[in-house]
Amino acid sequence: MKKESWSWGGIPKASHQVVNLRWRTDTINFAGFTASCLPYGLGRSYGDVPINDEGILVRTTALDRVIAFDAETGVLHCEAGISLGDILRVVVPRGWFLPVTPGTQFVTLGGAIANDVHGKNHHCAGTFGCHVLGFELLRSSGEKLWCTPTEHADYFAATIAGLGLTGLILTAKIQLTKIAANKIDVNNQAFNGLDEGLDLFEQHEDTTYTVAWVDCLTRGAQLGRGIFSGGEFSQTESRKNLATKRLAVPLDFPSFSLNKYSVQAFNNLYFANGKRKSGRGVTDYEPFFYPLDKVHAWNRIYGRKGFYQYQCCVPFGEANEGREAIREMLNQISLSGNASFLAVLKVFGDKQSPGMLSFPEKGITLALDFPNWGDKTQRLFDRLDAIVREQNGKNYPAKDACMKAADFQQQYPQWEAFAKFIDPKFSSSFWRRVTQENA
Amino acid sequence: MNVLILGATSAIAQAVARQFLLSATTPVKFVLVGRNDDKLALIAEDLIGRSATAAHVQVQDLTQLDAMDACISRAWETLGSIDVALIAHGTLPEQREIEKSWELTEQALRENALSHMALMEALALRMEAIKRGTIAVIGSVAGDRGRQSNYIYGAAKGATAIYAQGLRNRLTKSGVHLLTIKPGFVDTPMTESIAKKGLLWASPEQVAQDIVKAVQKKRNVIYTPGFWWLIMTIVKSVPEFIFKKLSM
Repeated sequence: MKKESWSWGGIPKASHQVVNLRWRTDTINFAGFTASCLPYGLGRSYGDVPINDEGILVRTTALDRVIAFDAETGVLHCEAGISLGDILRVVVPRGWFLPVTPGTQFVTLGGAIANDVHGKNHHCAGTFGCHVLGFELLRSSGEKLWCTPTEHADYFAATIAGLGLTGLILTAKIQLTKIAANKIDVNNQAFNGLDEGLDLFEQHEDTTYTVAWVDCLTRGAQLGRGIFSGGEFSQTESRKNLATKRLAVPLDFPSFSLNKYSVQAFNNLYFANGKRKSGRGVTDYEPFFYPLDKVHAWNRIYGRKGFYQYQCCVPFGEANEGREAIREMLNQISLSGNASFLAVLKVFGDKQSPGMLSFPEKGITLALDFPNWGDKTQRLFDRLDAIVREQNGKNYPAKDACMKAADFQQQYPQWEAFAKFIDPKFSSSFWRRVTQENA
Repeated sequence: MNVLILGATSAIAQAVARQFLLSATTPVKFVLVGRNDDKLALIAEDLIGRSATAAHVQVQDLTQLDAMDACISRAWETLGSIDVALIAHGTLPEQREIEKSWELTEQALRENALSHMALMEALALRMEAIKRGTIAVIGSVAGDRGRQSNYIYGAAKGATAIYAQGLRNRLTKSGVHLLTIKPGFVDTPMTESIAKKGLLWASPEQVAQDIVKAVQKKRNVIYTPGFWWLIMTIVKSVPEFIFKKLSM
């Protein structure tokens, strides 16, 4: 295959052999594979989690069939390659919604489980894995395991957030959430600093969906200014599913187009606009949950060198050290001038995921995009990593391309227990990277 | 709305069936015809899950020309009547291999032309009698001009298009709609062995949206995606004395 970029961030480059899976009843000849394999869906993971350099990717996106949908109970059983967007097209008109959704619809059901994704409602609903009723896991031995919290419970726990390493998820059954309308009552509030922003999360603890965009190029008192957004599904509007028009980024942008100044200008505009539009309103669910999906292939804005995403979470700490840590990270980013215009702040709740390697933990999470500026970006990550380490925080594998093996092993102490569930024929570039060195 | 899909396991057919459900304002019932019982069952399940009120499976080898009339008759009975029939089966033979064998050539023509003609005829008879209905048949841009790289496939698709054109002429007075669909490169299992993917390649979903829109608007002939109309207009206008020297 000619394609080089298999991850959303475009880093690292890798070459693969691709096997397309068309029918869940087909037999895969794992024994005939000459290299290790990894399931591959829509490739929205950012770093090397979806990559298996020199290996085989088993592409699952043609496994996108519904098996059963009970519109009374909201239980949906699908093949694992179906996208979340496709699920919504089926269930929204009938009054149901995904229990948890990440910021893009272009994620497969299997990918959502394997990365145990979270959304704006983590403080209320936990991760995606909390709503999985069961799934069928195909091992390279040919054995198919139906895993639930009680049946093959060990494989259930290992596969949720298991990064596709425990086998191939063929089908999955999830519990959806009832909605009365497809509109969101939204409440936007501008805040002038990090403390003010985090206070807003506290005040809106009972709001189902909360998230904030942060301007990370400001300094001093304005450090961490941003726009807080809270939302609830509307009780009154119709539930007709509206198709929205998509824009596309046709080419990779030249690398000079994203710099400190252009991003600063963008951030100033975005903040001013958000401030002006502060207050209550009603919006369709798509722009609320998936603002970036409107711009197809937006990753190309970062050009051919690609970009990194950095997402971490840090616990609050007994004396609010978590807040200070986030402040220090924003400070470091602002000082570095490395442009990130997608900085997202969110507070995680304490609902435990069943997944062994699940990322979210009660505390504050910050997600940022960084264009690839080589060593300069790496040095910034080193500084951010140090802060995360100090706070006993964690990095998010689904978005990672850089974390040190020692950090991973520290942050995910169950990794060795997890390793026992890895299918002997499965591997990924990420896994090799973070387990090669011992802590 | 009662929909019959012939060659229901093809990627385009599956996408079209789903698109009918997404755009339907009335309940949709399907009969799905194909060779593979197991695969048809998976598709039926999917369509029911996506809100179809019924999805019946009918196992049939669509190259048995003598059986086509009975095949349509059975589907018609199952559904009560047929509003839309999509003829979507086909194969993409390897030109270099089959040009040496009349047996394989004949088979390719049966799979990609004669079978479609027999089905169109059987559907036309019944729809003419009730003076309504739509027959949509999938041809190909390859049928617009013969090229050394796939002229047997192209001849079959061209024959289907001419047959459909004549039949459309006949059906007009009874109000029956016949749509000829000419897709370009579509990323499906049929084209999996062709490695090149690029700007000209479309997904089955894109093509399905065009097809359902064309059924609703009662179009006669469509190219999908639409830019193929321009490409083929140019390809068709190249004088033969030049065209024959091109390596296409």
